Formats: sequence, C-alpha cells, structure tokens
Amino acid sequence: MNDPDAGGAGRSWAETAPLSAVALRVNDEVRRLEVDPRTSLLDALREHLHLSGTKKGCDHGQCGACTVLINGRRVNSCLTLAVMHEDDEIVTIEGLGDLDSLHAMQRSFVERDGFQCGYCTPGQICSAVGMLAEVGAGWPSHATADVASPRIALTDEEIRERMSGNICRCAAYPNIVAAIRAVAKAGTQ
Amino acid sequence: MRSFTYERPADARAAVAAASRSGAKFISGGTNLLDLMKLDIEHPSHLVDISRLALRDIDELPDGGLRIGAQAANSDVAADARVRTRYPVLSQALVSGASGQLRNKASTGGNLLQRTRCPYFYDTAAGCNKRDPGSGCSAIDGSNRIHAILGASDACIATHPSDMAVAMTVLDAQIELLDADESVRRVAITDFYRLPGDTPHLETVLRPAEMITSVVLPPPPPGRQLYRKVRDRASYEFALVSVAAVVSADQATIAQARVAFGGVAHKPWRSVEAEAALTGRPATMATYRAAADAAMRDAVGQGHNDFKIELARRTLCRTLAQAAQSS
Amino acid sequence: MIGQPLDRIDGPLKVTGQAIYAYEHWEPGQPLYGVIVGATVGKGRITRIDTDSAEHAPGVRMVMTHRNAPEQGARDESVPMEYWRAQPVLTSPDIHYHGEPVALVVAETLEQARAAAALVHVEYAAGRGRFDFAAYEDEAYAPKEANGGFPTDTEVGDFDTGFSTADVRIDQRYTTPYELSMPMELHACLVQPRGEDLIVYVSCQIVDAALASIASTLRIDPARIYIITPFVGGGFGSKLGIHAETILAAIAARALREPVKVALTRQQIFQLVGMRPTSSQRVRLGAGRDGRLVAVAHDVTMATNPDIEFAEQTAATTRSLYAAPHRLTTHRLTPLDLPRGADVRAPGEAPGLLAVESAMDELADALGIDPVELRIRNEPAVDPESGVPFSDRHLVECLREGARRFGWEHRPTTPASMREGRWLVGYGMAAAIRKHFQGQATVRVRLEADGTAVVQTDMTDIGTGTYTILTQVAADGLGLPPERVRIELGRSELPTSWGSGGSWGAANSSTATHRACVAVREKLLVTACGDTGSPLHGLDPAEAVFAEGSVRIGGADEALSEILARNHPDGVQAEGETRFMGDDPNYAAYSIHTYGAHFAEVGVDADTAEIRLRRMLGVFSVGRVLNPKTTRSQLIGGMIWGVGAALQEEAVVDLRSGAFVNRDLAQYLMPVHADIPDVDAVVLDGYDDKANVLGMKGVGELGICGAGPAIANAVFNATGVRVRDFPITLEKVLPGLPLMDT
Ligand SMILES: Cc1cc2nc3c(=O)[nH]c(=O)nc-3n(C[C@H](O)[C@H](O)[C@H](O)COP(=O)(O)OP(=O)(O)OC[C@H]3O[C@@H](n4cnc5c(N)ncnc54)[C@H](O)[C@@H]3O)c2cc1C
Ligand code: SF4
Ligand code: FES
Ligand code: FES
Repeated sequence: MNDPDAGGAGRSWAETAPLSAVALRVNDEVRRLEVDPRTSLLDALREHLHLSGTKKGCDHGQCGACTVLINGRRVNSCLTLAVMHEDDEIVTIEGLGDLDSLHAMQRSFVERDGFQCGYCTPGQICSAVGMLAEVGAGWPSHATADVASPRIALTDEEIRERMSGNICRCAAYPNIVAAIRAVAKAGTQ
Repeated sequence: MRSFTYERPADARAAVAAASRSGAKFISGGTNLLDLMKLDIEHPSHLVDISRLALRDIDELPDGGLRIGAQAANSDVAADARVRTRYPVLSQALVSGASGQLRNKASTGGNLLQRTRCPYFYDTAAGCNKRDPGSGCSAIDGSNRIHAILGASDACIATHPSDMAVAMTVLDAQIELLDADESVRRVAITDFYRLPGDTPHLETVLRPAEMITSVVLPPPPPGRQLYRKVRDRASYEFALVSVAAVVSADQATIAQARVAFGGVAHKPWRSVEAEAALTGRPATMATYRAAADAAMRDAVGQGHNDFKIELARRTLCRTLAQAAQSS
Repeated sequence: MIGQPLDRIDGPLKVTGQAIYAYEHWEPGQPLYGVIVGATVGKGRITRIDTDSAEHAPGVRMVMTHRNAPEQGARDESVPMEYWRAQPVLTSPDIHYHGEPVALVVAETLEQARAAAALVHVEYAAGRGRFDFAAYEDEAYAPKEANGGFPTDTEVGDFDTGFSTADVRIDQRYTTPYELSMPMELHACLVQPRGEDLIVYVSCQIVDAALASIASTLRIDPARIYIITPFVGGGFGSKLGIHAETILAAIAARALREPVKVALTRQQIFQLVGMRPTSSQRVRLGAGRDGRLVAVAHDVTMATNPDIEFAEQTAATTRSLYAAPHRLTTHRLTPLDLPRGADVRAPGEAPGLLAVESAMDELADALGIDPVELRIRNEPAVDPESGVPFSDRHLVECLREGARRFGWEHRPTTPASMREGRWLVGYGMAAAIRKHFQGQATVRVRLEADGTAVVQTDMTDIGTGTYTILTQVAADGLGLPPERVRIELGRSELPTSWGSGGSWGAANSSTATHRACVAVREKLLVTACGDTGSPLHGLDPAEAVFAEGSVRIGGADEALSEILARNHPDGVQAEGETRFMGDDPNYAAYSIHTYGAHFAEVGVDADTAEIRLRRMLGVFSVGRVLNPKTTRSQLIGGMIWGVGAALQEEAVVDLRSGAFVNRDLAQYLMPVHADIPDVDAVVLDGYDDKANVLGMKGVGELGICGAGPAIANAVFNATGVRVRDFPITLEKVLPGLPLMDT
C-alpha cells in the first residue's frame, strides 16, 4: 500500500476517475446517479439531488449538520462517499415530514423554538429521531451510570450526551432538549 | 481530494488482493480517512471498500473471550450485551468517543488505525515528520497542549487519539490480520502500535495490504473495570488524558491491577510500572500515588502540555480508588 | 399579537429543510464551483505562482490569481462604515496574514475545483511577521476612536488621586483570546450574471452593505446588483460584511458569464471573516469599606490588523455601569500581521465585562460584601460619565429578582467550601449591560385589496425572529390576524435598512413597520371617513380601532376589504422609518441601555479540575418584549456563548507562522449539548419610551454580556482559584486544587 508520489504537482492524479453509477434509495425513491467517486453522500444529496435540507457545516464530521438516517441509523453524510451507499435506505429531513404533515419531532421543534437560524436544525432533528431509536434499542451512552444495565432511563442528561454530536451555534440547546423530551414522553405513553 | 478509483470486493481475500495495488487503501467507515483525504493529507489512488464485508459479528470464543469483527461498528460493540457486562471498560471507552453519528459509522478496524489529531499533522503548510517524513516537527516548539508526555521522540510528539484502543490495551486484546498472501497472524495490541522514534509515519506493524479482520478479547480479567476520560468539554472531544483500569481488590489489598493511559503517547500506554506498584499493596491513596508516580516517572512535558503529567497522575489515582472501592 | 409567544412563522420551513440558504438556490441553474486557495505564510510576498497544472486539470474553467484578477475598487475609509466599503481580493503578491486568498479555482464540480485548488503551486518570500500579542503589547497606540463611534479614552474626576486614597483597591490584568463568530452556515455566495446584472445570493446580515460593498469593489452600478438572502444560517457579526467568497464569486461569474458559487471551508472561516481581537485589560477599582466605588479605571490593549484598524469598544460600557466620582477608560491597539479584527456578538461588552465583572467579584471578596449587594450599592442615579438620565434602567431589579429566583442565599460565602461527591460546587453572578443602538430602517407596508398585508424591507432574519415579530407588529398595527400578514425580507429591491446586527435590527424594523402601519391606517381613515358610502363617514378618525380586519369608530364599523374595494382597488401602501440615533435627540438626552443579571452554579472536578456548568439563570430588562418565545431563545443563546467564552473558546495563534493552529470545529471548542444543563432566561415587564414608540430594545447580544464572568466567578467560589486568563481551562485551575486523600 505505497503512497504514490506525495509531492510534486503530478497531473496524473488530478485526472478524474470515470464516473460511477450508483442507485441511492432516498426518502423511498430510487435515485440513479452518475457521480465522481469523490462525491460525499452530503454533496450528492445537496448538489446532485438538490435535497439541500441536509446541511454542510464543517464537511469534517465535527458539527452534525449533515446528519441523515442510513438504514435507520444516524450518520454524518459528509464523511461517507455516495458510491458506498448503493441500495442503502437513506432518509433525509425532507423524507421525515413535509409542510403538510410534519413529523412529530419537527412539530415539537417548532413548538419549543428548538432553533433560531435553522441551519443546524435538520441535522438535530434527524439525529434526535435516530437517537430515540438507539435508546429504544437499549444502547448505553457516556451518561449511562452503569453500561451493563440493559434499560436506559431517558433523562435530560442522557438526551444531552447523545445529542452532543450536533452543534448549534445559536445555542438553542435547552429548547432542543425540551422538544426531544416532549416527543419521547408522548411516544412512551 | 485527489481522484481515485473505487471498488467493493466481495470477500476478505479479494479485499487484500485489491489492496496490493500500489496506492490502494482500505476504506471502512471513512470517518477518518475521508477527513484526511479532503485535506490532502491522505491521497490514495484506489479505495477498497471493506465496509460491507462479513466481518461485523461479535462471536463467543470457547475460552470465554470474544472475537469482534473488524467491521463491527463502534456503536454495536458498545451496545453488545456481552461487552457491556463482561468488558464494561470497552463499552465505556467507546461511548466516550466521538459522537453517536460517528460511532454508527466508525469500525473497529478503522478506530484502531485512526491517525493523530496533532494540528500540525492536519496543516499541510506546516512541517510534520509524520505526514511528510523529514519535514520537521512543528509541534515541538509550537502549540503542544494535546501532545505526548511519554514515549515521544525528537521527531514526533503526537498522541494516538483512540479511546477504544486504550480499553483494548488494558484487556490484552489481540489483533487478527490477513495478509495479501492469505497468511493470517495475531498481534498483541501492545505490539501492534509503534513509538514514533525516527519514523513517526510508521504507526503500526501492519504490512502493506494487510487487513485487520478482528480483535480477540481474552476472557475478562478479574476485578472491576473503569474508563475515565478527561477533556475540556463534556462531550464530542478527544481525551486530554484518559485512564483504563482493571482492579481486583481482596479485602483491603490489591490482588491484581491493570492500567493503561490514553492521550499521553503515540500509542495506548500500558503502564507495567504502575501495575507493579499496585499488585499486593494496600488499597489506599498512598498506593495509588506511588503507582501514579511510577507511571509518570519518565514523563516529559513539552511546555503547553506539562499539566498532563499531574493530570494523568490524579486521574489514575481517582480511577483506581473508584475501581478498588467497588471491586 | 405583540407580547404573544407566537411560534416562528418560518419554523415549518426550517424544520422540513425547505428554508433555502445562499448556497442552495437552484433558480439560476447548475452553477460552477469556486474554491479559494489561501496563503501558507503569515507575512511575505508571492515570488512564483504556477497555475498551469490547475488550469489543465479536468473540469477547470478558471484560475484567478493577483496576476489576472480584474482591477477592483480600493477600500475607501471615507465611506463611514466598514461593511459598506469595497473589499478587494487578489490585488497584489503581498501576503498580509496567513490564509489570505492567493487564488480562486473554478470548475464544473466541487470535487474538481477542490482537487485543482491543491494543484496551484505558490512560492513565497516569507517576511518576518508580528504575531505575538504579548511581545508587542507595549507598542500600542491610541486609535482615533473605538468601534461603534465610542471615544477612545474618557476621564472624569481625578482617577489617580481617587484610586490611591481608596480604602480597598483591586488592580488586576485580565486577558481574553481571539474568538470567532462561527455561524453554522458556512459563509457562501452564489452569483448569477444576467446581462449586465448580477443576481447575488449571499449569506449576509446587511443587504445594503453587501450591495454597496460589491458595487464599489467590482466598480459597477449598484442598480445592476440584486441581493437575495431570505434565510441566513447565523451571523453573530461575521456576516455584517461580505468577504472573499462573495467578491470572488461575483468576479468569476461576470468573467465566465455563468453562475458561480463559492463557500468558505470551515477552516477558511478562521482566516477570512475577521475575529474578536485578543485583549489585555487592566482593571482598577478603588472603594470605601462600605463598598462604594470611588475610582474605576478600565485600560484595554488589543491586537489589530495594521491595514484595517479595528478597536473593539471593550471599555465602553464600563462608562455607564457603576457610580464612582473618579473614572478612566482607554483603548489601545498594537498592530499584528493577523486577520482583521471585527465585530463578534456583543463587541465590547463580551470581553470587557469578563474583566470588569471579575474585578467586581474580587472587590466583593476583598471587602467581604455579597457580590449582589456590592453592585446594588454602586447603582448610579444618572449615567455616571455623561451625567444624562437613564431612559429606563432596572439593573437593581434584575439583580434582586435573579438572586431570589436562583436561590443566591445558598451561595457558600467561603470559596472552596461546598462539596458534592467529587464536585467542588460554586455560585457566581455578574451584571449585564449593553448599549441600545438605533439605526436607519425603512419598511413598506402594503394592504392588498384582498385584505392581506405585505411587509417589505431588506432586513434579514438571521435566526433572530424577524419574520415572526414583524408579523406580530403588522398584525397589531392593522388589526389583522397573523395569517393575513406576509413578510418579505432580504432582497435589495425592498426598502433599505441597516439589517441585522448590533441588536438594532428588531427595534429598527419593528418601529418602522409600526410607523408604516400607522400611515396606512391614516390613509384608510381619510378615505373612509370622507366617503359618504361608508358607515364611518364623518366620524372622528382619532377614535378609530382596527381589529379583526375591520375599522370601528364608536358604534359604526366597516370591513377593511370594503373600504379597500370601494376606494383602493389596488391596495394601500405606506412607508415607515427609523433614523440613525445620532439624529434622534433622545439618544443624546438619555443613556439608553438594556440590563440584566446572570447567576451560575458550576461544578469543578476535585481531581481533574474539569469545569461543568450545573445551572444558570439570567434576568433581563429590555424594554417591551414583542415575542417572549423568540426573546428567551436569543437570550439563552447569548448566555451559552458566555459559557463558551468563559471556559472553551480560543483561537490559538502559532507564533512562528501566524496561523490559527486549532482552525476547525474539533479543536476550536464551542459548547455542545452536554455542556448545557438547565439554562433559563427571565425578562422583566418593561417599556422604554425613550427608545422608540414601541418601547422596545434589542436582545440579540445582551445574553452574552456578563454571562462569562458569572461563570468565572462561580469557578472562584467553587475552588478559591481566580483565573484571569480566559478561557478558564482545567490546567489553569489544577495547580490550585489540593490533592484529595480519599
Ligand atoms: C469529530 C470527530 C471526533 C472524534 N472523536 C473521537 C474520540 O473522542 N475518541 C475516539 O476514539 N475517536 C474519535 N474520533 C475518531 C473516530 O473514532 C474514527 O474516525 C473512527 O473510529 C475511524 O473508523 P472508520 O471505520 O471510519 O475508519 P476509516 O476512516 O474508514 O479508516 C481509517 C484508517 O484505517 C484503515 N482501515 C480501516 N479499516 C481497516 C481494516 N479492517 N484493516 C486495515 N486497515 C483498515 C483505513 O485504510 C484508514 O487508513 C472522532 C472523529 C471525528 C471526525
Ligand atoms: S507531533 Fe508528530 S504529527 Fe505533530 S507535527 Fe510533530 S511530527 Fe507531525
Ligand atoms: S458537515 Fe458533516 S459533521 Fe459537519
Ligand atoms: S439554529 Fe442556528 S445553529 Fe442551530
């Protein structure tokens, strides 16, 4: 696994590799794309499919704005390649709910003012949905006192720890937690 | 990002064969590799996607240990009931790392091989022996708050950033490797990583095209396991210092103890010195302090990170006290 | 409607991903992608620049450097405000700071542009830069004035004598780091050329400034530029002006005759949009044994870029905070070869109060007086420096109400005396003050024939809630339900305003909206009361009440739609305005500020000195509140910025290269969810009749003012360790923590 020439302005490596065909299942629709293999899933969504609800805040896994659900799990779409997701089930903020039928989490964010500028918001919401599923599956977190215990009590501290991969510079954090807590409560009743 | 070709081999053998191509690299979760490729720090010309290989399982071993597939996601390992009950230190270390989103993608193999977070390694305008051998180390006279206090060299003072690997180190994990010639070997995790020496760009004993297929955990050691991570913000940050400890105390005496540090060296730092200072001694703060002093005997600060020596000592004492109390 | 906690009007768009930000507009069709290449030295000159490989790389349409960039307008200091000035880029081979743009690469895809950008080969003759603030602090000079038009220095009484004869003296130096606005939306711009016109989608806070700045840089007629910015993903100061992304996108789009979009990378945002300068602040407080201040001095030295002076008004509100007969404030600057200083949320107060309110805590400690009580004892009757009356000052109420709600009486009076398990627990508090600014704004309100109102202004909504509050103001102003009000913002063809910044946006645009509604009402009443066909004919318009889509005078009423149908088939419109505070006599006759009091409880790990906020409360006085929900959100957001400033945020400069070392979001730490437990904000009822007709003032920055020192003071209370070098990271506290025996 030797590195090919690291230095030098070699032209060879700048040549674009042939486009790759990939079929993504996004929000229940199969979308066939021809992409440069370098295209991140995030850029495929935003620049190719024009699904710009998924945001780019850092492009390096450091903010969470690009969070989408892949096969039900939340991931940062900036740190994965579109070509790696052939046939994967991808849900973006647009797929969670729309203006006519908001997802419960979306509605809760509006009611609790869980955002200001709105830029981190789709990522927060997708992350919150994925997070609640993780809690439902009994996954432990850094806030879990005893990781060996199979049941998780969804305290505010648990919500905060689990949502820490989503930075909000407007710092709507207390309202985001309130929004998530409301949805979680409603879900368990 | 430089352009590359992409392939997704069907099985492990095909993967190592594909990786034998010059300029090829495995991609698993991609959470470290793509980060570095975007910044032109890594520039493979061929990516071998191993993320879908059938190496996701966590299997029970006859001796009571576990084999964790290299593709098992960090979140799956952390949530595995056997890991949580028998190797809680590993679960704790995993959930203290990165974020929920990242752990869902990050693989066991990729986590072991993630590269340093030294800011100069990330800045292609700065000299860095690890990124560009021979170009100097910008951290030594630069900003080095997060850098190593143990085992560093004049060529590099970087730390290994993984939390998971620290827990695996205290658990005496073995790493299983598959080479391009289809040979298989097992390496103890402490032998897997290298110190920087004069060749900080060589971080492990992995051969070109060799692939991690799994991590084997021997049966859990007796005693209570704990992982303690110290950092500036409460979450989503790498460790300044971390401690993984396994302590079995019998009455008021420590029967056996294992200690590893994270955030202090180029590799997860197992401290046999601390372990020796603990075994057979009374479970008291004086013993823990002696162990901490032993662990830090050769520690050297670089200026901004001098505080890590005392921080590591205190973190160790506290972790040991807590582990001994409840073991 | 005013005063109601209306949900954000734009909320559903934002939570469904339908709110469109600058980089996301597809109306212009498929754009080209631009990527900026930055200098890799902090000072020097380009000696060679080879663009050949980049130009020949696949998909590349243009590589622009100083050699082929068009001539641009120069930054003109006779234009009164920086954000309206030309911002030329790629003008010379000289490098003034690390990361300064040296090239723009435009290609068909983002992947191609980014790869080709890495192929631009630049060689430099590196110069010797000045990067180390501490080394050059002593060479500081006095700027002509401080940012915001504040005087550089002020002196009242005889500070030296007053201070030297005081019973108790505090004389300490505090330092604050470089900090950045870091909105989550990357700074971005998409430009579509249409004939000679440019349609510019840009993430900015002030449309008019962006327009002026682009026009003067590109030397084109402002009438040819159309700015569109319906949603902005946070600003916090860094989007007051436009930056290289906008100028380069515009130049490239013009040259290529195709749409081009450029976003700064997160790393580039550390270099190209300005930062809060680092500061060293000497605070001297002299007081009698009774705690009454006799002398207050606040001397501030900060870094500035040598070419683009920026003197943050760090000592400015110290002039209005506490009573004392002898007072002194100064601002000094030392030039460093670093990116420009710029407004970052609460310029002045954010760093200034960190120092002054820490010093007040030190004074309280030295005197053995409760910190809340100390502040109450120093409450002035009139503005202590200018001598003018306060318009509406309720600092003492904020202090008392906050102390009561927080349970301040449980504060351990001896530092380092409260333990909870492994945690050392402490309480801290600080006062908040922020000057209220008024700027120019024009709003047009049109009542359509169908009875819906359209409110139009080039004002932006950067997350502040403009869409929502203007809906409320117009609904009340015209007696309409909120569903019948439509707000149109963020377009340059709409009436001009000073946009969003300085906490002036809400008050300016709301007041102007209110006035426009009044003018529309007058027009309607003139016609209705003069119309023999109207039941309101001949009645007194002064008695009119607009409600539920009708006008009622006494017992008579008529639906708006009928008045409109008969007399104004095309609708009625009118404009309302606010003027610059310098032209409003109230702003000279009164000291107009907002106030608050912060209370924080922190835990400090007894072994590791990790500091964690446990709870925090702010009580504020901001005049009248238009929307308690969005107001609270802004205040809480500001308070959390204070947490970051106290404990985490710091852009570290490499003293050899002048680069920011930690230039990404994994290393430049800002609070995450887990850092923020229970944080709440309470606003006192109020109305400031001197500020404007609505009695309201800004809230966007007040929350951060004083929040940081409340936390710093809590750290002292928890540990007995006073850290004066911000942020308070664990290594600064650790040496002061005793070893535990258990
Ligand atoms: C913002 C951020 C914060 C983070 N915080 C933490 C933290 O606090 N603690 C922590 O421990 N980690 C943290 N991480 C790092 C994260 O854990 C790693 O990025 C992740 O574990 C890497 O796994 P991956 O599968 O994505 O690896 P990849 O990126 O796919 O691969 C990494 C490297 O390993 C090689 N590789 C991968 N799999 C194999 C294999 N089976 N055999 C041989 N070679 C292989 C690849 O070629 C590549 O060189 C953080 C990451 C980010 C982006
Ligand atoms: S410490 Fe190592 S990784 Fe960092 S600059 Fe030095 S050589 Fe590079
Ligand atoms: S854009 Fe993906 S984590 Fe920030
Ligand atoms: S709402 Fe603005 S960043 Fe979260």
